[in-house]
Parts: sequence; structure tokens; C-alpha cells
Amino acid sequence: MPIAIQCRDLRKTYQGKVEAVRGLNLEIQTGECFGLLGPNGAGKTTTIEILEGLLEPTSGQVSILGHSWSENSREMREWLGISLQETRLSEKLSVRETVDLFASFYREPRSTDEVLEELQLTEKADSWVGKLSGGQRQRLAVATALVCNPKILFLDEPTTGLDPQSRRQLWDIIREFQRNGGTVLLTTHYMDEAERLCDRLAIVDHGQIIAEGSPADLIERLGGHHVVEFAVSSNGNGPADPAVWPSLPGVESVLESDGMMALSVKEPHLTIPALLDAVEKQGSRLEHLSTRQASLEDVFVRLTGRHLREE
Amino acid sequence: MSVAEQTPEVRVSQPKMPPKRNGRWAGYRHLLWARMLELKREPEVVFWVFVFPLLLAAGLGIAFREKPAGASPVAIVAGAGAQQAESLLENSPQHGSFKIEVQDDAAARKGFRLGKYDLVIKPNNAGGLTYLYDPARPESVLARSEVNDALQTAAGRKEVIVTSEVVSSEPGSRYIDFLIPGLLGMNLMNSGMWGVGFALVDMRQRKLLKRFVGTPMRRGDFLLALMSSRLVLMVIEIGLLLALGVVFFNMRVLGSLFTITLLGSVGALCFGGVGLLTASRAQKIESVSGLMNLVMMPMWIFSGVFFSYERFPAVAQPLIKALPLTALNDALRASILEGTPLLHLWPRLLVMASWGGISFLLALRWFRWT
Repeated sequence: MPIAIQCRDLRKTYQGKVEAVRGLNLEIQTGECFGLLGPNGAGKTTTIEILEGLLEPTSGQVSILGHSWSENSREMREWLGISLQETRLSEKLSVRETVDLFASFYREPRSTDEVLEELQLTEKADSWVGKLSGGQRQRLAVATALVCNPKILFLDEPTTGLDPQSRRQLWDIIREFQRNGGTVLLTTHYMDEAERLCDRLAIVDHGQIIAEGSPADLIERLGGHHVVEFAVSSNGNGPADPAVWPSLPGVESVLESDGMMALSVKEPHLTIPALLDAVEKQGSRLEHLSTRQASLEDVFVRLTGRHLREE
Repeated sequence: MSVAEQTPEVRVSQPKMPPKRNGRWAGYRHLLWARMLELKREPEVVFWVFVFPLLLAAGLGIAFREKPAGASPVAIVAGAGAQQAESLLENSPQHGSFKIEVQDDAAARKGFRLGKYDLVIKPNNAGGLTYLYDPARPESVLARSEVNDALQTAAGRKEVIVTSEVVSSEPGSRYIDFLIPGLLGMNLMNSGMWGVGFALVDMRQRKLLKRFVGTPMRRGDFLLALMSSRLVLMVIEIGLLLALGVVFFNMRVLGSLFTITLLGSVGALCFGGVGLLTASRAQKIESVSGLMNLVMMPMWIFSGVFFSYERFPAVAQPLIKALPLTALNDALRASILEGTPLLHLWPRLLVMASWGGISFLLALRWFRWT
């Protein structure tokens, strides 16, 4: 499959000081939905805007469908549908007028009615943008991107601040686009969004990629399959010895936060009986015990020691 | 990937209708149309661009309308001789043009200071009269000479030269005639600066400019559409103000409508360029508002909108004449009031074209799209 988006050793330094992107490499295949996952300020927006040709990188190469921004930018813009983080479209134009306006910039746009129908905006076609709800506005932003019949769709935090139903609607739209052969690059700081939507993703922190792969692959490699969370209280024999936990069978890593222990394990049916034995041997009492499937959140915590939503 | 394999359904994005092809100017046309729709739907724009200048012109026109010189209020200081001076004035042929009051000295002076009287007449010890007047107040000077004439004639002075008078009060020389072209010029400046500058910074702040440059939109087309929207508004602005002048104030428009429209276009484009430059880098509405006022303030004062700039010292005249609003106002007045042909106005047009052209080029260089 041809490569849709490629960048090598991408760097961006603002005002010679702030290093927003520090040597980033990406290779996204045609037809893929690729996600950049990371906390606020990780450099996701800077990266995606460089790839969109809206920002000059300080150094590094970008190629979109085999073309570079310095040579062929006008032609390249015909292929890309973009939705920026927080664009406020003109409030006094109607939905149809807005989509028509964006359609007029492209050589061969799709019909406005068709796009509005696809994004469930037909009923709102004659309403002013100022009267739309958050979810409708976000769908309109995606409509202005899809009206050009793009080969690649760039979405910067498409569902931030939306209610669950609106988020699911947008996911369906993105999947539909991908099913028809489109390539998608999106940024998000929502784990569930990345897990459900992306074929592959890169976890970005401090302007660098710290892990890359399919969601399942990342979770298996870095999160363990399962997470066993528990809390113990000592029984007067001194605090529980933390050195015990990593040596339990099947435990890949141990994290402690707020007195709660979290074990990444492959096979909980081996680990849990051993854990109960160890607790009893120490004379401690189990206060809490639960197990769950590992998620990307665990991957992120494991990699950075921080939670994704922490500022 | 598995999703795509499991559902081999028809491709929905296959266009159901034949694809339309956009021509070279489709983007420009839509940008201009969208801009006009936005302006039309913004009640503030309609008020400030169209209604406010009309109200201003009507208000000032009524306040300064030509009225026959009213009776001059004159005070006579009470005392010996006051009676005689009063009766002389009352019996003079010009007695209709005075309103005489006899007051004590303090009240007369106070009234004079407050502008209640144009002149104070004080009988002096020698049996003559002393005039108290202010040479800086035209009505005071006029009252002094009128009163003097009236008193002297009533006392028996004979004119030595035979004179006759023809009354001339033609449209073209009144204050409203001076005012309306000035307001036209000022309005073109205000709406050009705000219409271009404010709109741009607003779009930049909303990240709409960035979104636009993410499409194949031609940047020149975008700026051109913004400027063109100014031209459309300019025609309406000029039409309304001139109609007001003609219908309500009997103004006579001597220049051809073509010349006036052309001057208006050059003025609108000139201030569009200056507005573009002012807004080329600003990221916030607050900062561009300050800049705009800084740029426009000198022209409100010096460019002869409400009063002639000839009143400023001669040293300042070349500077004042180099301002674009001065050039626009002068050209509009020359054309509307005197019917000066377009060809004779080229120095004014050159001033405006230079301001607009240089601003536009600098703006293109410095313009921040993101």
C-alpha cells in the first residue's frame, strides 16, 4: 500500500526556545486511521499543523502522498480535508452557505446536499451557524473538510467537549470515510476514542513518540492484558512489604497511586491466588480487590508515570 | 481493517450526481457573496455604515442651516445718555436688526461674557458712546459695525458713495454643502478601515483565516473579495448621503455621478489598503481597535471634515494635504460642489493611490494568515 503521510525527524522550536516537537517520525499507510494520542501540550497540534502545511517545521521532511509542501502546495490542498481545533465559523451564515463557500475553493467538490445528508445536517441546512449545538458545529466543521472529497482527512481533537452521543455520531462518520478508502489522521486525548477508532496510533509526550502500534498491540506489549487493583491494610505487624508484589507469578509491573496497588498481569488466575496467600502470610487484610482489562490509559501511565488527563 | 472486509457494501461517497467543476472565479464569487450576506445580517453594520452618517448629516445640517441673520442682542448700560442712544437706535432704518436691552454695568458685562449679548454700548462722560466688543467673535464685530452705522445714520450722517445691494444665497456655498462631501469622505474612511481591518482580525482570532489557507483558496482572491465588498457598500453610502443632501437640503451636485463614484472607489480602496495594513499582524480585536483609532484620529481632526483645514497654520498645510482623507475630501468637494472634471483631480487621486497601493503591498508582505 502506498504511504499517505510520512515525516522524518520533524522538529519545531518556537521563538528559538520552546521545543514543541523534538524529532518525530511517522509513516501512515493509505486507508489507515492513525491516531496521535497524548496529553495537552504534548505537541500533537503542532505536529498535525506541520503535516497540513499550515506551519513551517524548524527542520525535518514531510511528504503527503509522495509530494512535499515546498513544491506542490496548491495541488496538495485539493486532496486534504482539514478540521482544526476550535475554528469558529461565521455565525451569521447558514450551514448550507458555509459548506457551499468551502466547496467553491476546490476544483471538483462533492455536492453540498449529499455531504449535509451524510453528516445528518440536512434539517439544519438553513439555520445560522450561531444557532447550532456543539455537536452540530463539530459535524459542520467535518462537513467543510469532507465537501472537497479528500483523500486524507486531518482531525485535530474532533470530539473534545462533545456529549457521548455526538461523539459516537462523529466516530461513525469517520469510520464511514475510512471504509470508502480514505486515510485519517486524528489527534485525541481520549483513550476510548483512540482504542475504538484507530488502526494504529502513536503515543506522543513532550514532542516525541514514546510508543507506536495498534491499540491491542500496545496494550499487550506495555499494559499487560489485565490489571489487578487492590488495597491492603496492615494488621499491627507493620506495613505490608511492597517488595512482595513484583515477585508474584505473572506480574509484569507494579504501580502504586493513592495507596492503591495496580499489577499488570498476563494471567490473573495464577496471580490472584498467590496474591491472597501473600496477603494472609503478611497478616494484612484485603480492603479492595478488582480486575479489569488493561487500557491505553495503563499504557500511558506505564510509559510516563502520569495519567493522560493530568495537566 | 477487518471492518472493511466484512462489509463489502457499495461505496457511499460515489457521487450520486455528476461532479460539478468550479471555475477560476468560483471562490472569489462565494467569498464576496458570503461577506455581503454577513454584512446584511449584522444590524450594527447597517446602523454604523448607513444610518449613523445620515443622522449626523441631518443633525449638523439642521443645526447650521442658513437663516437670515437674526436680530443682534445688544445691551445698553443704564445711566446718562442711555435713553438717548436707545431712542436713536429704535428710530434708525435698521432698527429691526437689533434687540436692545438696558442693563446695569455688571449685568451687561456678564451677559456679554456668556454670549447673551453681541455688543455692549456704554455712554461715556464726554457725551459719546463706548463699544465693548470682541474682535474674535464675528457676530460681535458685525453688531458693532451695524450699530455704529445705525446710530450715525439716525444722528444725520450722509452717505458719500451711492451703493446698491444684490442678495446672494445660492446652494453651493452653505455649510451643509461643505459638510456633506466631508462626511462622505469620513464615512468611506471609517467603513473602509473597520470593514477591512476589524473583519480580518476577527477572522484571524476565530482561526477562520487559518482554516481558509488550509484549502486551495487563492489568498489574493480572499483579499480582493474583501476589498470588493467595500466597493459595493461605497456605492450605497454615497448614494444615500447625496440623496439626503439633494432632497432635504436642496444641495446641487455639479460633478457627474461617474466622477463621484470613481473618486469614491479610489477612496474606498485606499482606506481598504490602509485598513489591511493596520490589521496585517494584530491577533486581538482590542489591539487593532487601538491602532485604527491612532491612524484615523489625525484625519478626523486635520482633513477638513467638519471645518476647512485652511484654519491650521501654513507650516502644517503640506502635511495635511498629504493625508489620504484630505485628498479624498478635496476631490469630492471639487467634483460635487464645483464640477471640476476628473482630469484636473489627478494630484488628489495620486495621493490616495499611493497610500492605498503602498499599504496594500506592505500588508501583503507582513500579513499573518494564522
